[in-house]
Formats: sequence, structure tokens, C-alpha cells
Amino acid sequence: MEPTPLPVRAADNIRFIRDTMERASRFTAVPGTGVAAMGATALVAAAVSLLTKTSEQWLGVWLAEACLAVTIGVWAMARKARRTQTDLFSGPARRFLLSLTPPLGAAAILTLALERMGQVTLLPGIWLLLYGAAVVTGGAMSVRTVLVMGALFMLLGAAALASPASWGTAYLAAGFGGLQIASGFAIARRHGG
Amino acid sequence: MARTKPQASSLKSPAGAKPERGKTRELPELDRLIHERMRLGIVSALAANETLTFNELKGLLGCSDGNLSVHARRLEEAGYVACTKSFEERVPRTAYRLTAEGRRALERYLGHLEAVIRHARGR
Repeated sequence: MEPTPLPVRAADNIRFIRDTMERASRFTAVPGTGVAAMGATALVAAAVSLLTKTSEQWLGVWLAEACLAVTIGVWAMARKARRTQTDLFSGPARRFLLSLTPPLGAAAILTLALERMGQVTLLPGIWLLLYGAAVVTGGAMSVRTVLVMGALFMLLGAAALASPASWGTAYLAAGFGGLQIASGFAIARRHGG
Repeated sequence: MARTKPQASSLKSPAGAKPERGKTRELPELDRLIHERMRLGIVSALAANETLTFNELKGLLGCSDGNLSVHARRLEEAGYVACTKSFEERVPRTAYRLTAEGRRALERYLGHLEAVIRHARGR
């Protein structure tokens, strides 16, 4: 059998080193302060949504909060990535963002469907559950705190679905507000901001 | 002038390849310690992380406990990696990190591989 030429083996070894380093890298640009800020806006949204009179208004408040939270999250992530000199489009970061997308997409579709069916009271549980699923799948490429946060969101979602509908806003405040603020501070303290 | 001693590493010239006239094949000596695939994997993974536990390395490299232990020990003996043993909630935890010497060795090794490729292109 012909031996593999020397430069081919050298190139193969360089590829192996690069692949191993990429697989071993964990995405650490999850912004703790950004997550905490998202939690703070969620608490405000929860307070405002309690003042609404119709389910459309309630939904409008939470959809506006979702847009605000995404904006804060993306901005904070880009800021932390710049500070830690992490490429947001590198292997681990790309895998993290791609893992978040399917559960969040499913949540958006279910929101539309349930709103049409007049089943808005199911939304808090579904949002918490699917947001938790998104964070758990993304957390597999990130630090342990993110994974734990996702699992707790899923538990809250399951509890919300099993609880009376009138508790929905309280669950949202506890999850998107309290849990995110606590997780955000934990990430910031342990993983540099 | 004496010819460069042939390398002992497995990245040898292919059989039958002859050096060009007037050009000695001065390919760099490869660090055989990290040239071995498993050890190269350990060093590369640790280069991308401050520390990795035994189980994280095992999962990443898809190897057995025994295999990882043997190769990690070789790297530790060479001073390329440092090992810390501790307890986390009463469970033993072995963590590895790349030493400055290990990082230099990986950089040197990468430089050598690039030199091999450059050498081939220059012919």
C-alpha cells in the first residue's frame, strides 16, 4: 500500500488539532448582566400585564417584553463576546445559537395557534417550558449554570401548566423575572460578566 | 556537511522520495510525545480550555478510562499537563490543565507541521 505523503499527514494533523479545539470550546459569551437585565424588564412586564383588561392587551405586553428581551440579550452577548474576544460566529457560538432556535420557533408558532383558539391561559406554561428547552439545548454547549437555568425553567413551565390559569402571570414573573435575575448574577460572578 | 539525521517520528518521508539535488531535506524534528493522536487530542482540548475534568476529556476524545489515564500520565511526566485531584461533594474529581511548557510544545509542533507543508510546496 502506498504510504500517505508527508504533507498530507501534516495537514491532516493540523485539521485534527483545529477540530478538537473547536469541539472542546465552550460558549462562554452568555452575558450574566444581560440575562439579569432581561429579568428586570420581565418583572416590569409582569406588573404592567396585571393592569391589562383583555387577554389581547396582556399578550401585547408580553410580546413587547419578548422583543425587548431579545434585543437586550443579543446586544449583551455581542458586547461580552467583544470583551472576551470570542467570535460569535465560531463553532461553539454558532451551535449555541442554532440550538436555541428550534424551541423558540416552536414557542412562537404555538403562541399564534393558541391565541387564535382563545387558549391564551396556556401560554405562560408553554413559554416557560420551551424557553427552558431552548436554554437546556443551548446550555449543552455552554457553561453549567446555563444548563441548570434551563432545567429550572422547564420545571417552572411544567408547574405552570399544572396550576390554575390565574397563576400564569405570577409564574412568568418568577421565571422570566426572578430566575433570570438570579441566574444572570450567578453567570456574571462565575464567568466574567 | 553532514546530512540531517532522519527523523524518528512517524511523519517520515514517503518511501522512495528523493531529495532534490543541492537541497538537504531539513525537516524539523517532531515532538513524538504529542504527535501520538490521543495525546495530541488531550493537548489540543486543553489548549481551548483553562481546565477539563477526566470525564470531560474522556467524552470529548471518545476513549476508555485506561487509555486516557496512560496518555495523560505520559504528558504529566513530561510536564506538558498538570493534574489536580480534589473532591466535589464527596465525589473524586480529576482536572487537567495545559502547562506553559505544554502550550509551547503544541505551538512548536504546529510550527513544525506548517514547515513540513511549506517545504513540500517549495519543492
